[in-house]
Amino acid sequence: MFSHAVIEKNSILLTVLTLIVVSIGGLVEIAPLFYLESTIEKVQGMRPYSPLELAGRKIYIREGCYNCHSQMVRPMRDEVERYGHYSLAAESMYDHPFQWGSKRTGPDLARVGGRYSDDWHVAHMINPRAVVPESVMPGYPFLARTPLNFENIADDLRANRTVGVPYSDEMIDAALADVRAQVNPDGDGVDEMLARYPKAQVRDFDGNPGMISELDAMIAYLQMLGTLVDFEAYRAEENYR
Amino acid sequence: MTEGKSYAAPGAVLGTGALLVLGAVLGLFLMAGAADPVMGFHGFLFVAFCTAGVFWLIARHYSAEVSAPDAEFNYSDGVIRAGVIASMFWGVVGFLVGLVIALQLAFPALNFDLPWTNFGRLRPLHTSAVIFAFGGNVLIATSFHVVQRTCRARLAGEIAPWFVFWGYNLFIVIAATGYVLGVTQAKEYAEPEWYADLWLTIVWVVYLLVFLGTLWKRKEPHIYVANWFYLSFIVTIALLHIINNLAVPVSWTGTASYSLFAGVQSALTQWWYGHNAVGFFLTAGFLAIMYYYVPKRAERPVYSYRLSIVHFWTLIFLYIWAGPHHLHYTALPDWAQTLGMTFSIMLWMPSWGGMINGLMTLSGAWDKLRTDPVMRMLVISVAFYGMSTFEGPVMSIKAVNSLSHYTDWTIGHVHSGALGWVGFVSFGALYYLAPVMWNRQRLYSLRLVSLHFWIATLGILLYITAMWVSGILQGLMWRAYDTLGFLEYSFVETVEAMHPFYVIRAAGGALFVIGALIMAYNIWRTIRGDLREEVTALPRQAVAAAPAE
Repeated sequence: MFSHAVIEKNSILLTVLTLIVVSIGGLVEIAPLFYLESTIEKVQGMRPYSPLELAGRKIYIREGCYNCHSQMVRPMRDEVERYGHYSLAAESMYDHPFQWGSKRTGPDLARVGGRYSDDWHVAHMINPRAVVPESVMPGYPFLARTPLNFENIADDLRANRTVGVPYSDEMIDAALADVRAQVNPDGDGVDEMLARYPKAQVRDFDGNPGMISELDAMIAYLQMLGTLVDFEAYRAEENYR
Repeated sequence: MTEGKSYAAPGAVLGTGALLVLGAVLGLFLMAGAADPVMGFHGFLFVAFCTAGVFWLIARHYSAEVSAPDAEFNYSDGVIRAGVIASMFWGVVGFLVGLVIALQLAFPALNFDLPWTNFGRLRPLHTSAVIFAFGGNVLIATSFHVVQRTCRARLAGEIAPWFVFWGYNLFIVIAATGYVLGVTQAKEYAEPEWYADLWLTIVWVVYLLVFLGTLWKRKEPHIYVANWFYLSFIVTIALLHIINNLAVPVSWTGTASYSLFAGVQSALTQWWYGHNAVGFFLTAGFLAIMYYYVPKRAERPVYSYRLSIVHFWTLIFLYIWAGPHHLHYTALPDWAQTLGMTFSIMLWMPSWGGMINGLMTLSGAWDKLRTDPVMRMLVISVAFYGMSTFEGPVMSIKAVNSLSHYTDWTIGHVHSGALGWVGFVSFGALYYLAPVMWNRQRLYSLRLVSLHFWIATLGILLYITAMWVSGILQGLMWRAYDTLGFLEYSFVETVEAMHPFYVIRAAGGALFVIGALIMAYNIWRTIRGDLREEVTALPRQAVAAAPAE
């Protein structure tokens, strides 16, 4: 008859059995997500981040925005009415890692793109209580003062390609120019940039044309969140299996 | 009981020295070629660490102190003493940062509009400082204590346990300074960047080897139950850490990286990790503490051997499945959410099995609750464990989660487990260890332990009740409709409603910090060898029993 004493007297057996027992759950739950086609919906409009948006996302991450803001609208009536269409898995397919968040000290940002003007964002980032008196968000006035460090942005695109984001050679070669093009609608290369990143918004975001600031990148990122997927063309039923 | 220093094998000394020199060269290379200033700073820290290590090896080699095996088993206790001090230090730091960010939510001016002091950067500093710095040091120190005592064997290796201690604390410093300077992977409880993760992996493998090596030297035929839990904690954390942190660095000399997984796969991998950081770091590891220190302090055997076996295997099997309950109603496929919920509810059973095993160990010794405040702390920790492991399965039910998710209820739940269970069981173990490790007759003051107990308990109650009310209130406000069918509240109205509860929560946190400061004072006086003259209700034999390790 089996006796647990056998395991208790053999540290290697105990270690191996522990490893087996703790591996099962993860294997059953996570592994299928990589091959089940129904995991990520088929949608139109998703594209990798433009270099400026990616730089903005890096600042979003650096400042720990995910600690207070989710980017995941759940399919409940109140959330859909408050924030817009519930989030699709496809919408974060190029997010390494995901930014769904776990806490809403502030509102969900999955569809914040286009909801406020750039001016509002500038004022809000410099002093949140100037536009929302009850807000408890920290101020980020230093973003407007700090020039964006983007000389090596092509390396970021390259690292993203290594982990599976479909950046082409052309996109990587043009990364630096594309950052400049996106904040300067009158400059060169805007059309090429838009061909590479459809629906990218081109303008001076922070109201200071003299400098490409961290705030430019941050607002460019916020203004594109949730705007890519074409919900006119999206048919949820087609993903039922 | 005086610890004798045994000389490490010359090969081990030379090998470690060579590795440290190599590490210093690598650090210099990182300093010189760093793609960003933070990497340069962390390269400098690494060089300092390796250089200090080389000097420590040399000093150790020429130290006049000779092995003095006057204790029967000549246990390695120096590293445990260091762990007790480090735990106390990081505990106070972590609790203080928690208090600061709690105050920031109540009074946002306290963010000071600076990058290094904003909530977004300090919150990971708080979570990492309490979980990994405080909790981790407690786990390393107690595991080194328990595995030696229950195996009746000296720790494996002479240098390796010290490498684990200092290497782990270097990881903490790299992670903490990184957050403040804006270096993060943006994954909760897995924020440290790729190079810190690689360093922790090396430290953790050595930790596993020291632990296993000590088990191999044991003079007891059976491996004691506490060691099963420590072993599963070490092994599983290694597995979770490595897989969740798979990433591609942007540059080998820069801090930034991109996670290997994206979107939904990244989400579930992260919460598989995140929930099991709770399950294996904050639960299995601290259950090991319960399985040794509760019976030891109560001077009673563990209630049920059979229940220990069932508890262990069911707990580690079921916990791993529970991650998806962090992703209810998200874009994670429904089948995964349902599986996660089902297993989370089942998890209630082993959790309470463990709680019963811990509490019932006091059978015949319940009077100690009245006479021994350290015992009281340990027992209340198990009671909090029972409470939060009941609340957790409730919150994992999708209908409940639709209300509780994204709100402060989650924060309250975490803190009933973190302050009540992890905090108190750690305090109990540290209060036990201090007089034993420094060979003192007893703690400096048991009345101060009692004071700490009551202040901290009051603090926890204020904290979790404030978070229950604010969480449920905000969840209900978000989904409230007026009679015309419009959303009743704007988002910011729900933020405004949180203010009084954020103030109460900060008050609760402040009490918890005060308790920890009282404890730090008590431990410090105990280490100095002071005894406060006081009338205690502690029975005579228990006083005498404490140092007779």
